[in-house]
Amino acid sequence: MSKVRVLVGTRKGAFVMESDGKRERWNVSGPHFAGFELYHVKGSPADPNRLYASQSSSWFGQLIQRSNDGGKTWEPVGNKFAYDGVPGTHQWYDGTPHPWEFKRVWHLEPSLEDPDTVYAGVEDAAMFKSTDGGQTWGELSGLRGHGSGPHWAPGAGGMCLHTILLDPSNPQRMFIAISAAGAFRTDDAGKTWKPINRGLHSQTIPDPDAEVGHCVHRIAMHRSRPNTLFMQKHWDVMRTDNAGELWKEVSGNLPTDFGFVIDVHAHEPETIYVVPIKSDGEHFVPDAKLRVYRSRTGGNEWEALTKGLPQNDCYVNVLRDAMAIDSLDKCGVYFGTTGGQVYASADAGDSWAPIVRDLPAVLSVEVQTLP
Amino acid sequence: MIRVVLPAHLRTLARVDGEVKLAVDGPVTQRSVLDALEARYPMLGGTLRDHVTKQRRPFVRFFACEEDLSHESPDAPLPEAVANGTEPFLVVGAIAGG
Repeated sequence: MSKVRVLVGTRKGAFVMESDGKRERWNVSGPHFAGFELYHVKGSPADPNRLYASQSSSWFGQLIQRSNDGGKTWEPVGNKFAYDGVPGTHQWYDGTPHPWEFKRVWHLEPSLEDPDTVYAGVEDAAMFKSTDGGQTWGELSGLRGHGSGPHWAPGAGGMCLHTILLDPSNPQRMFIAISAAGAFRTDDAGKTWKPINRGLHSQTIPDPDAEVGHCVHRIAMHRSRPNTLFMQKHWDVMRTDNAGELWKEVSGNLPTDFGFVIDVHAHEPETIYVVPIKSDGEHFVPDAKLRVYRSRTGGNEWEALTKGLPQNDCYVNVLRDAMAIDSLDKCGVYFGTTGGQVYASADAGDSWAPIVRDLPAVLSVEVQTLP
Repeated sequence: MIRVVLPAHLRTLARVDGEVKLAVDGPVTQRSVLDALEARYPMLGGTLRDHVTKQRRPFVRFFACEEDLSHESPDAPLPEAVANGTEPFLVVGAIAGG
């Protein structure tokens, strides 16, 4: 019988949660790396026992942990993230040039094919790659070296590269997103990059239709349709059907189109999920109700999913890396909140139940579907 | 032997209990002690000082003999009591945040 393993990063440690295919009873282990911020924990698609974790703290900086046994034991691997050459400057909050400085790893994306190859999205925004299981890291500096780099500016959470999507049909193609520079695509395995932000419209920047400067919060892809991407922007839910050449808005009837997470159903490439958040000034759910919204039409038409979720006095947020979907039938949907709850749905979002209720604030949720 | 006391998180990371005892060749300075520490425990690289610049991380402090040595030159000799092992070299995580 299939199993699932949910990997949760929080402000004060990581947790591993396992269940059988029914996804009703859970075995929770952790906290791993207690006291540290775990921005992301993710498993290798090529070897589900190989996990990578981004562990950081304001005191002791960045660490990368690796597990070869599905999270039972861990070992620290390389944590030297040195920018290529002279880093130069990007734009600071006040518009002045500011030196590029490494702060932390936001996102780890293991290769689809090789357990020892893994990509890291970091703050200040850059992409690194390791081909030796995380022991050493080299920058894919063509991204930061894109001519627009000096004009990138941090969002409120920092200038982070938070999303990495690998095209399963084309190993040369990857998509990334940076707050607040926008989305970029490479077609040569990371040597060169182009901004893919046409169609985005952001009133929060001087030129609302600028080539770069958009605060993209998250992008999602269904592996069967890698040219179709769904985006939760700061405001607006967007989609593209030509690999980012042009985006169109699909916010439709959402109660608010601000939010962080977005994800795609495992078996229905036009079924997508978001969690609307009231506004950028009020980072909690609208109307004190925690509602996942699902569209079965690739956007525009949305239904609220509320069964099992709190519908009063709720003021949590769901951060950008804190939703994941397993590939069982029916697919499971998981998300974590800043209030420390991790919710699971074993029926594609129709009903929900908490796996845990009282963790530290959840930063990331990933899920592995295991044989 | 130089005695080094690490904060709890770094003892966990380095998988040590209690004090660390290090042999240091040549002058006993912050730099030589930290070089020896990182050579023995490579996983501590980058946690106390920047990998590239070797500057102390802002929330890490170095105390010894009831003195804050954090702002001393990394090449200044440490107190004789540290050099002869009478007193430990304390690595402290600054009190900040939650």
